[in-house]
Amino acid sequence: MTLQIWTWILVAITFSIYISIAIWSRASSTKEFYIAGAGVSPLANGLATAADWMSAASFISMAGLISFNGYDGSVYLMGWTGGYVLLALLLAPYLRKFGKFTVPDFIGDRYYSNIARSVAVICALIVSFTYVAGQMRGVGLVFSRFLVIDINTGVIIGTIIVLFYAVLGGMKGITYTQVAQYCVLIFAFMVPAIFISTQMTSIAIPQIGFGSTGTDGVYLLDKLDGLHKELGFHEYTSGTKSKLDIFFITAALMVGTAGLPHVIVRFFTVKKVSDARKSAGWALLFIAILYTTAPAIAVFARTNLIETVSNAKYDELPQWFSNWESTGLIQFEDKNNDGKVQYVADPEINELKVDKDIMVLANPEIARLPNWVVALVAAGGLAAALSTAAGLLLVISASVSHDLIKKMINPNISEKGELIAARISAIAAVSVAGYFGINPPDFVAATVALAFGLAAASFFPAIILGIFYKKMNKEGAIAGMVTGMLFMLYYMLKFKFDKFGGGTKEDWWFGISPEGFGTIAMLINFTVSIIISSFTPDPPAEIQDLVENIRIPSGSGNAHNH
Amino acid sequence: MTNIHLKKYWKTNLKYLGILLTVWFIVSYLFGIIIVNELNTIHLGGFKLGFWFAQQGSIYVFVILIFVYIKLMNKLDKKYDLNE
Repeated sequence: MTLQIWTWILVAITFSIYISIAIWSRASSTKEFYIAGAGVSPLANGLATAADWMSAASFISMAGLISFNGYDGSVYLMGWTGGYVLLALLLAPYLRKFGKFTVPDFIGDRYYSNIARSVAVICALIVSFTYVAGQMRGVGLVFSRFLVIDINTGVIIGTIIVLFYAVLGGMKGITYTQVAQYCVLIFAFMVPAIFISTQMTSIAIPQIGFGSTGTDGVYLLDKLDGLHKELGFHEYTSGTKSKLDIFFITAALMVGTAGLPHVIVRFFTVKKVSDARKSAGWALLFIAILYTTAPAIAVFARTNLIETVSNAKYDELPQWFSNWESTGLIQFEDKNNDGKVQYVADPEINELKVDKDIMVLANPEIARLPNWVVALVAAGGLAAALSTAAGLLLVISASVSHDLIKKMINPNISEKGELIAARISAIAAVSVAGYFGINPPDFVAATVALAFGLAAASFFPAIILGIFYKKMNKEGAIAGMVTGMLFMLYYMLKFKFDKFGGGTKEDWWFGISPEGFGTIAMLINFTVSIIISSFTPDPPAEIQDLVENIRIPSGSGNAHNH
Repeated sequence: MTNIHLKKYWKTNLKYLGILLTVWFIVSYLFGIIIVNELNTIHLGGFKLGFWFAQQGSIYVFVILIFVYIKLMNKLDKKYDLNE
């Protein structure tokens, strides 16, 4: 069977599973729509959180990024997993005890202020919209390469599927489709990795395989370091970025992860505080399976790529090369007209450009795996993109219908009215996301860093102080969030978008890149919050009681009756 | 449940957090970034040790840390009769 038929079959099967789950788990109340009725088991929530978290970027791009950056790629591995330790230890149990529907709910109530609530809503909307645009684009990319249909048609199909189960099922529908999507994506990620690891090292476990010897008896990593040196690239196992920058980027990604509203809100969906802790543990375990495999894939793919193309005759290259060449994601220009591919670091003589996004998608083809495995990767990429998109869309719709309409504009809205409002805002959000998928703004790549930076600069300090510092008041929290956010926006606009006079690498403050600046903005937020709060009145007694209350785990069941 | 009891509970919780987050810092920021070059002189099979911590070891330890925390807190909740 051809690759296309296999892909159609696997996509059709997985999509019909998602749709059946959506019909089976329709939401009938706002509590079900926002937090799945707070009745999800820790294991199911762990699976759903893992799928929610692992986006098109984790599935498609991350291994490729590591493949091209070597050690420098570690920032993503440590950053995007270490954040879960912070979530589990510092946020999830207390937010579950607090027990409302959204992150702005916590900020608004804890800081007894609708201004604080509005700032939180704005942050949640910016973070989620920047993130969701990339997901819809990922859906389009997979469709266009594997099913050979127009990239825009792919985006529209993806939009309709998400629309169907997010609008119908709300959090309840999303949770159980995410459980299914995790299974699809992890299977799709692991099968080729195990195949290739066995092929290259005769060890089936990729995590061990990439530290072993290849068929020629040389350690794979030593060989790759050698190949890199020969071709003029930096050594694979050591980096090019400064230590300080690596440190700050890792910290910004960790803290940003812990501050992302679509991740935090998943911990509202379990029954009790101890379940929130447990589901954080399950979530990281399921995430770690993919995250420890990705660096192995990176090494396999990099070695395979160099060995296949370097100094090979262009006419004799395998079929996958021309397949990807036709998508424009691989480009070859025979500069010295010798009919061979020179793939080297020096841009003057280098003749090959490889887009890093294709490494995971092309890897099974490069390793000559059977068609069904290649098709599986396509289905996995779609599962990763759709599950994250759905989680983000829910945050957007809850921000509008719950935080804006119910809590601020029209508190008297009926349960039924709020549910309708939630569904309408979900439809609007999906449509906007679909639009961005078809007309992607150029700044998508840059704004993912912005999303993490903003989450780190705004939510993380406000929530941590809200739990661990009883005397933190609204003046401090609002001032901290606003300054943190403004610094982050300023730095990003200056160095990524050339505003405010722009600047180059030499002008970075303390040598810290815009990606790592979230850590600085977070520290600014903490400092401003604490200084301002010491000059302004303490929070009212009932707020201090609330803080005492969220610190003890018992009695979380009642917190929902509000 | 008296106030003194709750204070003690909270203090123990903070102590656990301090210890676990110290380990969290050591395996990622210390081993994976700050002293990565020094550790890279040590080999673990085909891995340089610093590189291994940055791309594998830190993640394994993160998972273990959360499960240790779950265990510790479940015990603590029981001791202070705060479990549900």
